[in-house]
Amino acid sequence: MSRPLTPLEIELVRMLQGDIPLVSRPFLPVAQKLGISEKEVLGHIQRLQREGIIRRFGAALRHREAGITANAMIVWQLPREKLAAAGEKLASFPEVTHCYQRRPHPQWPYNLYAVVHCRTREACRTLAARLAAAIGCNNYRLLFSTDELKKESMRYFIQGTFEDESWQGGEKR
Amino acid sequence: MDSLDRRLLNMIQEDFPLTEEPYAEIGRRLGLTEKEVLERLTRLKKRGIIRRIGAVFDLRQLGYTSTLCAMQVPAERLNEVAAVVNGFLGVTHNYLREDTYNMWFTLIGPSRKYLEEVMASIEARTGLAVMELPAEKSYKIRVKFNMDEGSS
Repeated sequence: MSRPLTPLEIELVRMLQGDIPLVSRPFLPVAQKLGISEKEVLGHIQRLQREGIIRRFGAALRHREAGITANAMIVWQLPREKLAAAGEKLASFPEVTHCYQRRPHPQWPYNLYAVVHCRTREACRTLAARLAAAIGCNNYRLLFSTDELKKESMRYFIQGTFEDESWQGGEKR
Repeated sequence: MDSLDRRLLNMIQEDFPLTEEPYAEIGRRLGLTEKEVLERLTRLKKRGIIRRIGAVFDLRQLGYTSTLCAMQVPAERLNEVAAVVNGFLGVTHNYLREDTYNMWFTLIGPSRKYLEEVMASIEARTGLAVMELPAEKSYKIRVKFNMDEGSS
């Protein structure tokens, strides 16, 4: 964490992690709730973006509904000293949406992960072979997703903690 | 979806105008009226293609932490185990995947302690092991889907 957020910024996070309305002036309700102008709301968003606290402002899509139905996680097992270059290489492919280096597990020796979205499984397989060739590592595994059991945006700074019995094991909305 | 819808979707994912009247501005860029933009977006939302419009935060900069978990769940217990896992606040994505480890979920929380308590609680309630694969380094997080026809 780079710096603590101000109370106003925390309130802004609570409001902007949801969905702004499809109306002519969508930032007006936020401004009214915070008692500041729309210009000030927009100024805060732009500043939080410059600071990297907001990664992106815009629409989140459901890729399945948009026709991008094949989703695969590709995992590689690489020597540690080759991870950084391979990670950067994978990240440079536009089809790769996520790329992480992860701590391997005794049951799961893979340490480099890429998530790819394609229109077909065949396209995913072809892409995986291209990625493997690009990083020079054929020790990989392709895990296709068969079902999306949950997908939602994180809600930050909501009331309640894990110890709070009222929502333990169940969602409190 | 026509080609204007695709251009609209590409634009509002990464180039959302931060102005008082963003939909009018999008209209100017695409040669549409504000009303037409709002009508198209309302339709794309009703069809479930747009999940939401808002800010995506860097969870670490908000003081949060996250991890990736995988479980080996017997086919006949998938619904039951998914209900337990998905019930926890901070489980944002849960996918079934074709592998010996078939349930993969991401867990976000305000502290390392929270993540450990949720994983322990899932193990206690399901009797199944949770394998944790925490990230050591992130090379890319870009959830933008190119809507152009023919692209992957």
